[in-house]
Amino acid sequence: MTETIEAIINWLARPSIYVTVATVLSFVMFFNRVFWTKRAGLVGLLLVIVFFAFSLRNDNFRGIVTYPDNVPIISMLIIVFFFTWLSMFQAYRNDARIQAGGRPVEADETHDKVFTWPDLVYPEFIAAILCTAILVVWALGLPAPLEEPANPNVTPNPSKAPWYFLGLQEMLVYYDPWLAGVVFPGFIIIGLMAIPYVDLNPKGNGYYTFAERKFAVSFFLYGFIVLWCALIILGTILRGPNWNFFGPYEQWDVHKLEALVNVNLSEFFWVKALNQGLPANWLLRELPGIVLVVAYLLILPKLLAQTIMKKMYEQLGAARFYLVAFLLICTVALPIKMYLRWLFNLKYIVAIPEFFFNI
Amino acid sequence: MLSRMWNGLIKSQVWNSFFRHGMPSTNRNRVLVMMSNVILHLHPVKVRKSGVKLEFTWCMGGISFFLFLVETVTGVFLMFYYRPTIEFAYADIVDLREQIPLGMTRELHRWGAHAMVITVWLHMFRVFMTGSYKPPREFNWNVGVILLVLTLLLSFTGYLLPWDQLAMWAVTVGTNMARATPFVGHEGPGAALLKLGDISMVHAGSDIRFALLGGRFVGAGALLRFYVLHCIAFPLVVALLLSVHFWRVRKDGGISGPL
Ligand code: HEM
Repeated sequence: MTETIEAIINWLARPSIYVTVATVLSFVMFFNRVFWTKRAGLVGLLLVIVFFAFSLRNDNFRGIVTYPDNVPIISMLIIVFFFTWLSMFQAYRNDARIQAGGRPVEADETHDKVFTWPDLVYPEFIAAILCTAILVVWALGLPAPLEEPANPNVTPNPSKAPWYFLGLQEMLVYYDPWLAGVVFPGFIIIGLMAIPYVDLNPKGNGYYTFAERKFAVSFFLYGFIVLWCALIILGTILRGPNWNFFGPYEQWDVHKLEALVNVNLSEFFWVKALNQGLPANWLLRELPGIVLVVAYLLILPKLLAQTIMKKMYEQLGAARFYLVAFLLICTVALPIKMYLRWLFNLKYIVAIPEFFFNI
Repeated sequence: MLSRMWNGLIKSQVWNSFFRHGMPSTNRNRVLVMMSNVILHLHPVKVRKSGVKLEFTWCMGGISFFLFLVETVTGVFLMFYYRPTIEFAYADIVDLREQIPLGMTRELHRWGAHAMVITVWLHMFRVFMTGSYKPPREFNWNVGVILLVLTLLLSFTGYLLPWDQLAMWAVTVGTNMARATPFVGHEGPGAALLKLGDISMVHAGSDIRFALLGGRFVGAGALLRFYVLHCIAFPLVVALLLSVHFWRVRKDGGISGPL
């Protein structure tokens, strides 16, 4: 019985299933009020407790989760769940009030002023004491890790980046370092900074709401919870030696072999579809991929502006709209490449190793 | 007895030289306590009732700031003992655990740093969910994004300092990315185009990673650079930006609320 459940969870944790479930589930949840009630919150809490109670009996799981540096990541998982629930609970509560002709909860008290001493200073003081207490207990209970002295000749396997960059390291499976390590992180920063200037929606300023800003909230939540936090969890718990996948209850085996027969798009096109050899000229060889990428980056936004995102295009104007569309397309490029890999073993869409230029 | 001592204390010249008003139990004194104390003066005298609600701000900005202070204090303590050279770094860390009273300073510093990364993310998450980046707070959101990046960089540079296998290889993995930076990394797209005649300008000894590490590998140069960035450069910038951040929270009308 235990083994069957463990096998099922191991299977569910495979990157393809994990990302699919996380994506589908998160969108179903964003748009459904039933998940953001107090009762749903309690059920969620219960599920988390049951999951950990069950899993901690397993040696492999316990080993990974109680490794001192991983403790914050596991707590982050639970904390992020909690705060997502808390914000969406308040958002849906406000939406219901607004729909009934009322105003958000915050509006009832926004014009009341209270004295900073004691109404703000006391809670701050209590929060500081609580944080100190938690930190001291944490520090007494868990020694900071210290491994062997640094040795440039011995590479640990796996070599992992600090935990907060593991989402980016996971991205390396699908994109080359220049994209996963440099360009995409740059876009994340640019995208975050652009938010106030591309979101012209005057509603939802200073109170929780979902109904009044569905696109903005679901885009942000998907990016933060699935593409950032969930990939960190994946990189921490489910990636072992050689960055191979291991289920949460599976032992990390250095010798696990994964058959890697990834194929470039050029080969699909010239060799498999047209039955020829690869052209010697790199430009000709990569033309199909280049056309695809250019179409994706340049023509797709235009299409979006004329079809499903027409309303947004009219509200934002060309400059703002194309920036949003570009960032959206780059965000979605990650799951797209993941699925291409899982479904067709596609390695690169464009591969010009001559210039270190692979997409 | 106790209350007589207390009364004597608060009537004394020493006490009155510190606090120039009575207990903050009357409205007048509640105003005065905020106005006359430089630290409390970060806050306005009165605040929006909806803004002090725990369920609204989650106190995450405040906790991030508190953790920054914890990191500063524990960090200074660590600096008394730690020497950023290949010869001493690792041994000093071992000593910190085994020889030095209050051997948990390193733990406080490390777990505080992890916690701060999480609380800063959650703070951003809250600010997004309440739409508090919308006018007039666009600028402060951007100050925040830079603070977020700096928080991660602080954590990343600190990760190297224990100089154990974990530290060295995590930073190797992280900085390997820099090799692939377009144009300025020697394995990045476009780097091969930057040539003077036959001599390529971007190679392993001149690219962005080399500048970051002060060498071709994570070695003595990297340790010193990361130490200086971690203990001096980044904290100073963060402190500066935090002042701007808090100043702007007030100038933009305090914690946001429905208009
Ligand atoms: C070192 C990191 C940071 C510290 C110590 C910090 C501190 C604070 C504090 C104490 C407040 C007052 C309200 C509250 O506690 O929620 C605040 C407000 C604010 N923060 Fe931060 N912050 C940091 C990073 C960020 C980041 C990463 C962002 C966004 C990307 C951000 C954007 C804002 C905005 C827009 C406000 C105004 C919110 C409102 O009026 O409701 N901050 N910050």
